[in-house]
Amino acid sequence: MAFLGWLFMIPLFPAAGFAINGLLGGRVLPRKAVGYVACGAVLLSFLVSLGAVLGLGGAAQLPAAPGLTVDADAHRVTQVLGSWMPMGRSASGEEMSVDWAFALDPLSAVMLLVVTGVGFLIHVYSTGYMAHEPPPAHARFFAYLNLFMAMMLTLVLGASLPVVFVGWEGVGLCSYLLIGFYYDRMFDEKTRMSCADAGRKAFITNRIGDVGFVLGMLTLFWATGTLDIQGILAKVGGLPTGVCTAAALLLFVGACGKSAQIPLYVWLPDAMAGPTPVSALIHAATMVTAGVYVTCRMAPLYLHAPGAMLTVAIVGALTALFAASIALVQTDIKKVLAYSTVSQLGYMMLAAGVGAFSAAAFHLMTHAFFKALLFLGAGSVIHALSGEQDIRKMGGLDKHVPWTHHTFVIATLAIAGIFPLSGFFSKDEILWAAFNRSPILWLIGAVTAGMTAFYMWRLYILVFRGEERFSEEARHHLHESPRSMTVPLAVLAVLAAIGGFVGIPGAIAWTDGMADRFGRYLAPVFEAGGAAHGHEAVHATGLEIGLMAVSLLIAVSGLLLGWIFYERRPEMPALLAGRLRGLYRLLAEKYYVDELYGKIVLAPYYALCRGAFLFDKWAVDGVVNAAGYVTLATSYISVGFDTYVVDGLVNLAGYTVRGFSWMFRKVQTGFVQSYATAMIFGIFVLVSVYLLSTGH
Amino acid sequence: MEPAAVIFYILASIALLSAVMVIAGRNVVHSAIYLVLTFLCVAAVYILLRAEFVAAVQVLVYAGGIMVLFLFVIMLVNLKDLGAPGVRVHATVSGVLGASAIGLILYLYGRTPLVADAPMQAVQLRPEGGNLQAIGVALYSDFLLPFEIASVLLLVAMIGAIVLARQKY
Amino acid sequence: MPVPPSHILVFSLLLFAVGVLGVLTRRNAIVILMSIELMMNSANINFIMFGQRLHAMSGQVFSIFTIAVAAGEVAVGLAIVLALFRNRDTIHVDEVHIMKG
Repeated sequence: MAFLGWLFMIPLFPAAGFAINGLLGGRVLPRKAVGYVACGAVLLSFLVSLGAVLGLGGAAQLPAAPGLTVDADAHRVTQVLGSWMPMGRSASGEEMSVDWAFALDPLSAVMLLVVTGVGFLIHVYSTGYMAHEPPPAHARFFAYLNLFMAMMLTLVLGASLPVVFVGWEGVGLCSYLLIGFYYDRMFDEKTRMSCADAGRKAFITNRIGDVGFVLGMLTLFWATGTLDIQGILAKVGGLPTGVCTAAALLLFVGACGKSAQIPLYVWLPDAMAGPTPVSALIHAATMVTAGVYVTCRMAPLYLHAPGAMLTVAIVGALTALFAASIALVQTDIKKVLAYSTVSQLGYMMLAAGVGAFSAAAFHLMTHAFFKALLFLGAGSVIHALSGEQDIRKMGGLDKHVPWTHHTFVIATLAIAGIFPLSGFFSKDEILWAAFNRSPILWLIGAVTAGMTAFYMWRLYILVFRGEERFSEEARHHLHESPRSMTVPLAVLAVLAAIGGFVGIPGAIAWTDGMADRFGRYLAPVFEAGGAAHGHEAVHATGLEIGLMAVSLLIAVSGLLLGWIFYERRPEMPALLAGRLRGLYRLLAEKYYVDELYGKIVLAPYYALCRGAFLFDKWAVDGVVNAAGYVTLATSYISVGFDTYVVDGLVNLAGYTVRGFSWMFRKVQTGFVQSYATAMIFGIFVLVSVYLLSTGH
Repeated sequence: MEPAAVIFYILASIALLSAVMVIAGRNVVHSAIYLVLTFLCVAAVYILLRAEFVAAVQVLVYAGGIMVLFLFVIMLVNLKDLGAPGVRVHATVSGVLGASAIGLILYLYGRTPLVADAPMQAVQLRPEGGNLQAIGVALYSDFLLPFEIASVLLLVAMIGAIVLARQKY
Repeated sequence: MPVPPSHILVFSLLLFAVGVLGVLTRRNAIVILMSIELMMNSANINFIMFGQRLHAMSGQVFSIFTIAVAAGEVAVGLAIVLALFRNRDTIHVDEVHIMKG
């Protein structure tokens, strides 16, 4: 029980890890210590999370602890740490203030365990994967990774939208930092994109989505007068549909940016520039799921905006289909997985859009397991082949890296949706909910499932089976990864295999107790805001089982097709690509979306920037330069004035004196008689004046 | 018209005429001679004015001493050139000045009666011993100091003249 | 005194004017000195005339002094003319103008 009081420490441990590794890492602490600090911090977070989640079960009996509020109906515990933006009450009496508050309920419990658990495994894996980095880079990596964990946990636990947004932005920042981790390297030689460019692309695309998030947040504040999540959700019932739709769509724009939906998905494939553990953690299991998480969190809002939900579902479905089609022809192992991630995120959004929020959360969890496993496995392969990432240069690795091989197979089967692995249950639940909403959505989802199975099996065969196509140099260093890397693979494989059993649909459960434990666990969250449409037991169980069988069939067909194309008749892909050259090109070049964006969005923007630069150069600098020229001209005038007028006056005085003296010099004739004349003249004048004036 | 007045006017005219000749003549020696004549006429005027001693002194000193000095120097200087003086600016000016001065005098004289003409006590004292004695008495009593100074002055002038005119060997 | 004193004054003034003319006009230094003597004589005439009219001895005494001073002055003046002649070989005053300017 006491663990619930330590809620705030969950993000704090990794933050401390960030501080320690960041400040002391590369220079003071040895490599091993850095690893222990980083992994230890996450482990502590996991343990506290576990304790808190377990304590949540008996939350109703909790004594009120300082700072903790218990809402027994919703199974929620809120812990307030302090005031952030005290704003008093609004005109309608609402408490507008924003506090630093964390809330734990079943939804955030699921996220917590997934984030900290999978995060811990990836941290351990990273100690092996990044072992060859120089100490400063090594410490920097783990510092950023811990910072990411802290931010993600803040996002998950945040009780009000601004706190969530802090985490939201924070994970975006860490994504940028970690994608651009190899800041001195090129990522794509063909397009001259460096790893730093990829990081920038991710951050900027995220930020575009964030505009939507902020606007949505502000719309809700304007409409409800508060930014506390529960406060908002309590009020959505009373808001007009238009407002709800607007806010929901705006928040969804933010989710598109974070969770890589159309049209803001373009950063995720290029995010593969970062180290593979980063791809596993951030771009598979955690950050990209933040959009799904927030959408689920705001479920009552969406439920009151049917138009927005439909939009979410359609965007999700189309994204799933679209990304899967691109993954069919990719040749970089990480790129295949990246597009696969986009596709699976589309599934989650589809689930949320049809109202199956707990299904979305379920798939989020299982996807974290098998996608992280896939990425870590890919990292293991890359590590074994000394950096090779092109699957055309792999093959036949099954004998050389057994652990990697076996775990990879499990993950592949899970993502394909093969019974009884976890992916089957979660994907099937989504398809069932989609079917209930609209058969068309189901169809899109089903086709995508088939494509998923196909390209994943293709990936498996090309990497692990068949003839060995890698270079001699790679063969020299070929080795299975160390235990620090294979143990997390194994753990994740187990989770990927059995993780689905918490969500066995009621149709095939052998006891009621086993039926949909996951959905039932999450029910209080979604019921609180309105009717949870998680399961409509309207349709007959038979239909449900029938659809399950169909999806299984599709999955198996996909695997079979993949096997045929790449193992039985390996010449077929090339033949098909030759016949459908245009289509192949379109898919291989990702539908030219990046180029399209470049022309439509970036080119005008660059032109604007250039225009602004030129304006600054000519107008602003022109004004400044003109001021300089004016000063120069003024100084010339001043000089001229000084030379001609002032000096002229002075010289004039001299000339005047000279002129007069020249005149007066004439008096000094040197002749005595002229002097005498002058004297006599003067006397004469005086005397005559006297004589004539005295008037005799 | 009394004869003294007539004589005075004649003497005055001669004096003026010879004075004009002094300054108008080409020859320096002629100028000197005319100057002597002027002195003599002035001496005669003195006698008319009952200053007999002064007249004697005038003739003695001026005509006898100073003119001799003049003539000596004229001879020493040995003038050959008699450069005709051209019309010079200041000569013209002086001429004009002189003419206007004379004009002014005559004009003024014509306008108002002079104070000098005011009748006075016609007490004509003929001092004892005549003019000479009177001057002697005055010279040695009231004017003793100027008398002595005059002698010193003459001494100084003499020395000065000697020094200035010295031949420098 | 048969002649009104103003006539004598006029006479002396005319004499003085002639003397001034001579000083200002003639080039010859000796003639200039002579003109100066003329001026002094005119002053003497004034002295005598007024002395006689005012019945004061000082008039005549003063004119004696004047004559004495004139003598001394002529001596020195002529010595200067001699010295000038010896140095410049001229006694024309308009040829001696090194003080010009």
